[in-house]
Amino acid sequence: MTSALKIVVTVKQVPDPNSNLTLEADNTLSREKEVVLDPGDECGVEEGLLLKEAHGGEVILVSMGPEKAKDAIRKGLSMGADRGVLITDPQLAGADALLTARALAAAIKPEAPDLVICGTESYDGSTGMVPPMLAELLGMPQVSFAKKVEIDGSTIKVHRQTPDGYQVVEASTPVLISVTAAIAEPRYASLKGIMAARSKEIKQIGLGDLGIEKGEPAETIEGLTEAETRKAGSVIEDDGTAVDRIIQLLVEAKVV
Amino acid sequence: MGKVWVYAELNQGNVTPTALELMAKARELGDVEAIALGAGAKAAAATLGKHGAKVVHVNEDAAFDDFIAEPATDALAALHKEQPADLILFGFTPDSRDVAGRLAARLEVGLISGAGDVAAKDGGFVAKVPYFGGAKLASMKANKKPAIVLVRPKSFEAKEIGGTAEVKDLNVTIDAGSKRAHVTERVVEASEKVKLEDARVVISGGRGMGGPDNFPLLEDLANALGGAVGATRAVVDAGWVPYSMQVGQTGKSVRPGVYIAVGISGAMQHTVGMKASKVIIAINKDAEAPIMKMADLGVVGDALKIVPALTAAVKAKKR
Ligand SMILES: Cc1cc2nc3c(=O)[nH]c(=O)nc-3n(C[C@H](O)[C@H](O)[C@H](O)COP(=O)(O)OP(=O)(O)OC[C@H]3O[C@@H](n4cnc5c(N)ncnc54)[C@H](O)[C@@H]3O)c2cc1C
Ligand SMILES: Nc1ncnc2c1ncn2[C@@H]1O[C@H](COP(=O)(O)O)[C@@H](O)[C@H]1O
Repeated sequence: MTSALKIVVTVKQVPDPNSNLTLEADNTLSREKEVVLDPGDECGVEEGLLLKEAHGGEVILVSMGPEKAKDAIRKGLSMGADRGVLITDPQLAGADALLTARALAAAIKPEAPDLVICGTESYDGSTGMVPPMLAELLGMPQVSFAKKVEIDGSTIKVHRQTPDGYQVVEASTPVLISVTAAIAEPRYASLKGIMAARSKEIKQIGLGDLGIEKGEPAETIEGLTEAETRKAGSVIEDDGTAVDRIIQLLVEAKVV
Repeated sequence: MGKVWVYAELNQGNVTPTALELMAKARELGDVEAIALGAGAKAAAATLGKHGAKVVHVNEDAAFDDFIAEPATDALAALHKEQPADLILFGFTPDSRDVAGRLAARLEVGLISGAGDVAAKDGGFVAKVPYFGGAKLASMKANKKPAIVLVRPKSFEAKEIGGTAEVKDLNVTIDAGSKRAHVTERVVEASEKVKLEDARVVISGGRGMGGPDNFPLLEDLANALGGAVGATRAVVDAGWVPYSMQVGQTGKSVRPGVYIAVGISGAMQHTVGMKASKVIIAINKDAEAPIMKMADLGVVGDALKIVPALTAAVKAKKR
């Protein structure tokens, strides 16, 4: 049984993993330099597209970020997603996970999707807290660490990765899943896809449109210290004695 | 002193090691109450008492084991409404993450995730969180009550101090509306003889191992040393080895006596899961790889040559 699916994929723009991060004076991470669609979210977009191809329906990309984050949405549109929504507002700069989730929830709710797909954790924030918060605010169940998804009518069956294997989890739509990189290998955007993406809609909205107040931040950074680093030991070339040196260390550590 | 809750995650009815680590920290921060949900919760209360819980709130409803996150969120929210906590500690584990995130959103308090330490300050709580690619540590202050903090496994050492907890039934009805993400099957893929998290010696391989066919070289060395084999996310994502072997931010945290990193560059997301190891040995053909700057001994050379030679030498030593 297949019935058309309305799928929302949350996509975040992050600093390019292949470039260096910088810190702003207010201790927020600079996102203005080289930025890309989060590689984890790219997998989410791919899974959304695969499900749409199998069941029919629509893939909507929702992102919160500066205006420049349109580029990340555009990337997903060129892969084949149908349209995008960008929440952008100066008040949202440096938003914490809860405020992010509140804004995303307010933008997603009116779409009334059957399925919301998030990444497991973002490349730069990496707290992995937006998806469970978003699920709670949308009143949906969440299945995290999804590495395989099957949908049959309104039933979703997910292989949820666990530390020692996986669980099979069943739920009814609407549901939110957060996916791992194992879910799907993202496709390359074709030239045709890139051309088509230019005319696809990206709706831009602000906090006022969503009817939410920023509120007090749930947490604040009081200060930064250098992380404790281990002292470098000795670095030796493998000139034939390296194995002996390792053995010596293993003996000192009493493991041989 | 404030009231500190530890969400004591159970695994097949047993208190997880991470929960006991949290207990050790919680004792320094206030009056400790633990919450244990699902099969085995009552028996777990005895262990939690020995680790410093004054009270353990228990409920053995099967829904806690059969449905993801929502039943536990309901239970914690109900308890918090009756007798509010000042601080709630969760382990940064897959199951606890889902519960903590939902709870924070429901209570509208936010949370601090991935912390390596927590301290009481000015009547509130401050947590230390890796920041800026792990090069820095941010002191994050929780502005709301309760403060919810997710702490990375192996951040503290569990220690039994003796004691008996008062066991209280946590009264909550889990209704159908929270029984939605149903765990219908559990599949165990890990076939490790020695558990990665508990091993005295961990030998981990990265992309520098060249391919999945070379991982048996690490198995051989692990067998000779009585250790376990780990891996980086790069090789897990490439499908060389299962996720159960992944060490790092999104994998397991380990703290063995000796950690041998083979063909691993030492990205922060990897090292955050192993840097608390007592001795670190790195084998890498690149003398400039970041892992070399944190290893007690860095050997510059070809892993595929050094590892078999090392295995042979360990075996010879044992004879
Ligand atoms: C949100 C997020 C979460 C992440 N979580 C994790 C995590 O949990 N765990 C994790 O490990 N990573 C994680 N990563 C990925 C991490 O950033 C690195 O990409 C990864 O750890 C690199 O793996 P590697 O060291 O095997 O590969 P590489 O970085 O490619 O390093 C390979 C190394 O092998 C050496 N080498 C090559 N050939 C040989 C040889 N013949 N002999 C010896 N040495 C050789 C090279 O010099 C190089 O240093 C995460 C990334 C993100 C964005
Ligand atoms: N600003 C954002 N805009 C859109 N999606 C986001 C945003 N922040 C987080 N997400 C989603 O939540 C996932 C986990 O992010 P995080 O909780 O920040 O680690 C990401 O992979 C995204 O799918």
